[in-house]
Amino acid sequence: MDAIVSVRNLTKSFGPVRVLQGLDMDFPRGKITSIIGQSGTGKSVLFKNIIGIMTPDEGSILVDGEDIAGLPEGEKRRVRRKFGYAFQDAALFDSMTVGENIAFPLREVLGMKDRKAMQRIVREKLEWIDLPGIEGKFPSELSGGMRKRVGVARTLAVEPDILLFDEPTTGLDPVLSESINALIRRVNEEFGITCIVISHDIIGTFHIAHRIGFLADGAIQAAGDPGEVARAEHPILRKFLQNSFTDLRLDCEDEEEE
Amino acid sequence: MKDESRLLKKVREALEKMGLFALFLGEVAKWTFRKPFRARLVTEQLETIGVMSVPIILLSSLSIGMIFSLQLGNFLSMFRAEILTGAAVAKTMSRELAPVVTTLMLIAKNGSAMTAELGTMRSTEQLDAMETMSVNPIQYLVVPRVIASVIVFPVLTGIANIVGVLGSYFITVMVRGVDAAGFLDQLYSYTRPRDISSGLIKAAVMGLLVSLICSFYGYHARGGSRGVGDAATRAVVTSSVGILIADYIMADIMIKVLFR
Repeated sequence: MDAIVSVRNLTKSFGPVRVLQGLDMDFPRGKITSIIGQSGTGKSVLFKNIIGIMTPDEGSILVDGEDIAGLPEGEKRRVRRKFGYAFQDAALFDSMTVGENIAFPLREVLGMKDRKAMQRIVREKLEWIDLPGIEGKFPSELSGGMRKRVGVARTLAVEPDILLFDEPTTGLDPVLSESINALIRRVNEEFGITCIVISHDIIGTFHIAHRIGFLADGAIQAAGDPGEVARAEHPILRKFLQNSFTDLRLDCEDEEEE
Repeated sequence: MKDESRLLKKVREALEKMGLFALFLGEVAKWTFRKPFRARLVTEQLETIGVMSVPIILLSSLSIGMIFSLQLGNFLSMFRAEILTGAAVAKTMSRELAPVVTTLMLIAKNGSAMTAELGTMRSTEQLDAMETMSVNPIQYLVVPRVIASVIVFPVLTGIANIVGVLGSYFITVMVRGVDAAGFLDQLYSYTRPRDISSGLIKAAVMGLLVSLICSFYGYHARGGSRGVGDAATRAVVTSSVGILIADYIMADIMIKVLFR
């Protein structure tokens, strides 16, 4: 497997609490990999270690073969430019318009100065996420789903190699969740960007992911393609999957009765 | 026993906060001299902290100049020395009142807003978003505020000096009928350039203190909207008390060095 990110024996503690305990996981280049698991199992901690804003206690994180765990801050910033990060609540700058939000990484990260070129890229990205003409709106004027899509557009502006999605469908209704999952698929298929998603949305995960890792007790307990993970025998994973798919079955039955 | 452990906890928390503030200071110092220098952001802050604060500084300094002249004129008239009112107002305004009142006004108007803005950005992950884009939030958000404050506080203090004296002139000369030439003559004889420069130096130091304290509380705000509110309150109280203590220390040093 050609892994763009490989995590080896990752350990991270906060005081006496060991959140990650020897986690191993490969994230294949150009594919969508999802990490699923219960709340508080350390999924966000894993993301922060991968992107280098948190330093592991032990272990290594190889990005394109380069171990970022021991790098000085300046070098970490260089490697971090390969990543985009779509936050759970989009984390748009609320004092800036949508256009300024998308132009922000162009100006501050890529050092672009040509206003017309920046405006053109902003327009293109907004058209790509099917929200043309909202450059002048402020984030507070957008719905939750729109904000998430603008957040994705902002990360795409600098054309990252790897895009991290932190709970992209949390707080959205099923229709909007589906549209965000479709957007992740498009990001991967049209730009060839490696997508790493952490999610509670098990059904959505099985629809979009090429590879799934199940995180529990600070380590990956099961990993593989969706079929392999669905057949895994880990008791917590079985319960996790059963609950999710029972919910789905109940939803379908309700629809049939109607 | 319980009181003792609570006290120890408070002491430990206070020490932790001081350590955190020292680290924050180090980061601000480091990022102030690193490229890129964002002049546009400093200009924006000069406008927000400086230009937009001119009306409130005009109003407060004019009121203080007028009220002070009214009270002082009354007192000095007992010795038939009302003519010294302008000189007394100018000296106290330039050395103490203008920098302190200007700073207190700017804490109320801009310090709390600084904390609230940074605190909200912290709680909504906007600062994390900046970090993931390899943009250092201290360099992008805190450094321009600190630089602008160090420039703007003395400028506004200078304006407060002039307006305070104008207020004094209005009350002393135009209302109380003291001779204008005598008022100005005494004003020029007793007010020295070092009175004014000492006040301006104080204002620059206070600008540095206020922007650092208010940014620190915002940058480390925790606990959603309530946490941001608490941080803004703490920032206002700490910086207000802090500048009064700093003022005393600076006054003591300046009396020994500048006014011997």
